Amino acid sequence: MGMTMTQKILAAHAGLDKVEAGQLILADLDLVMGNDITAPMAIQEFKRMGAKNVFDRKKVVLVPDHFTPNKDIKSAEQCRVIREFADEMDIENYFEIGQMGIEHALLPEKGLVVPGDVVIGADSHTCTYGALGAFSTGVGSTDMAAGMATGQAWFKVPEAIKFVLKGRPGKWVSGKDVILHIIGMIGVDGALYRSMEYSGEGLGSLSMDDRFTMANMAIEAGAKNGIFEVDDITLEYVKEHSDKEYKVYKADDDAEYKEVYHIDLSSITPAVAFPHLPENVRTFDQIEEIPIQQVVIGSCTNGRLGDLRIAAQILKGHKVNPRVRAIVIPATQKIYLQAMREGLLEIFVEAGAVVSTPTCGPCLGGHMGVLAKGERAVSTTNRNFVGRMGHPESEVYLASPAVAAASAITGKISSPEEVMK
Amino acid sequence: MIEGKVIKYGNNVDTDVIIPARYLNTSNPEELAAHCMEDLDPSFKDRVQPGDIIVAGSNFGCGSSREHAPMAIKASGISCIIAETFARIFYRNALNIGLPIMECPEAAQEIREGDRVAVDLANGTITNLTSGRTYKAASFPPFMQELIQAGGLVEYVKEKMGVNR
Repeated sequence: MGMTMTQKILAAHAGLDKVEAGQLILADLDLVMGNDITAPMAIQEFKRMGAKNVFDRKKVVLVPDHFTPNKDIKSAEQCRVIREFADEMDIENYFEIGQMGIEHALLPEKGLVVPGDVVIGADSHTCTYGALGAFSTGVGSTDMAAGMATGQAWFKVPEAIKFVLKGRPGKWVSGKDVILHIIGMIGVDGALYRSMEYSGEGLGSLSMDDRFTMANMAIEAGAKNGIFEVDDITLEYVKEHSDKEYKVYKADDDAEYKEVYHIDLSSITPAVAFPHLPENVRTFDQIEEIPIQQVVIGSCTNGRLGDLRIAAQILKGHKVNPRVRAIVIPATQKIYLQAMREGLLEIFVEAGAVVSTPTCGPCLGGHMGVLAKGERAVSTTNRNFVGRMGHPESEVYLASPAVAAASAITGKISSPEEVMK
Repeated sequence: MIEGKVIKYGNNVDTDVIIPARYLNTSNPEELAAHCMEDLDPSFKDRVQPGDIIVAGSNFGCGSSREHAPMAIKASGISCIIAETFARIFYRNALNIGLPIMECPEAAQEIREGDRVAVDLANGTITNLTSGRTYKAASFPPFMQELIQAGGLVEYVKEKMGVNR
């Protein structure tokens, strides 16, 4: 019996020729990441372990991105803890405000993750880097602490679900619609403890931005990781962003999959996940008139340049509905600058949207767009749990940048076709 | 042996309702416990007694990787969580911080709010003292048993993994 892509990467990092699903292994880590919410707790545990130094100062990444720029005194104190630790440990990849971005957009952009890597991050959306053909998964603060101290982590080798993609997505259909469709199909625990592996000729019509979005939301199906087969599009991205050595792993032909889904990208239409679970996915033939008060375009799911370009294409020459607050958040400084150079930011501001510095803020109800009781938001983020974006009686509808931009204009949940006739 | 009164919840209890992100500007366990379950069950913090056991449906702890979630539950005095299934990061985090958890679909479905339940972690048995029924939970692999016996990952790392001191 052969191995899946994930199993091969894990085997190589555990110094084994072969691993099987269910096996417990100790794997060497290429990168350990944490943010301003999770790293302070990890640093405390790191010290409790008696560790004096991180295993490799080039392989620990600290990104203050959640409640930054500091939203209150307590958040400022949390950030101070990681800043001082970064100084003390001489951490090469600490990204201060002005350099930082939303971690899962920033790390690939900085070339810190390449195909074949094993990465843990104390953030559930660490699975994003699977888009690059790496094994990456979210862990808690104590795992991060152990990773920083030892350079290793324990894993149970996962089973896998295979998604074979074909066809081309239609106009206004993006990776977000594809992953929402998949989560709607398999459910929020449909891939529990498993890998989601993507392959097939349809990959050729998915940009890296689409793939990052899809890998990012693997956790929303309960998966351990999402991973894409490496192709020319991946390698082009890697060459442009990184000079790290990389290794391409391909699943064996006889690898075992618990389930195999064949997905025709041309059959997918714009989708929206209704409150309060990402699996409550509806297409526009199932959506009645739902007025909204806020739109968020950004986050580790959809704050990349490709996302902003689509949103700008729709908002150009339109005005944001006067009853809607539209908040656009480029995910990194580089994306911000590029969006400025391309005139995208001007389009947003002309339309009546606000443009924020990179932050995770509104996605988790931190700051920069918290919802009041009874308010509804269309958001390009990844979770719509009770109270996720603010008051426990507010509602979050998850959608693509195209749907979010169209909804900002109409003031209700709208398909891009409604405004781009 | 753990024994306590049951507080019961449904499926997909996510980490945002276990501890809302608006309280994540601290990692102090007592402060976190003061807001535990607030958005799902505002009565939780007033009615929870030391030793109580949470029984829930599938995918308990889904969502964010925040270790603040099992920590808030532990600091609330909960002695054990029994669920049909756990989300994987929550599962790791609970073991890593020494909060006992057990996967047992049958027990999770049959045990009711307010029942008194006894849990034997060593042999994986769950006894509903109210109904008299006994269940067998999935056992932990030897590695995880070692982790649990060590008292969590911090102690385990100290003992086994060779920290760079």
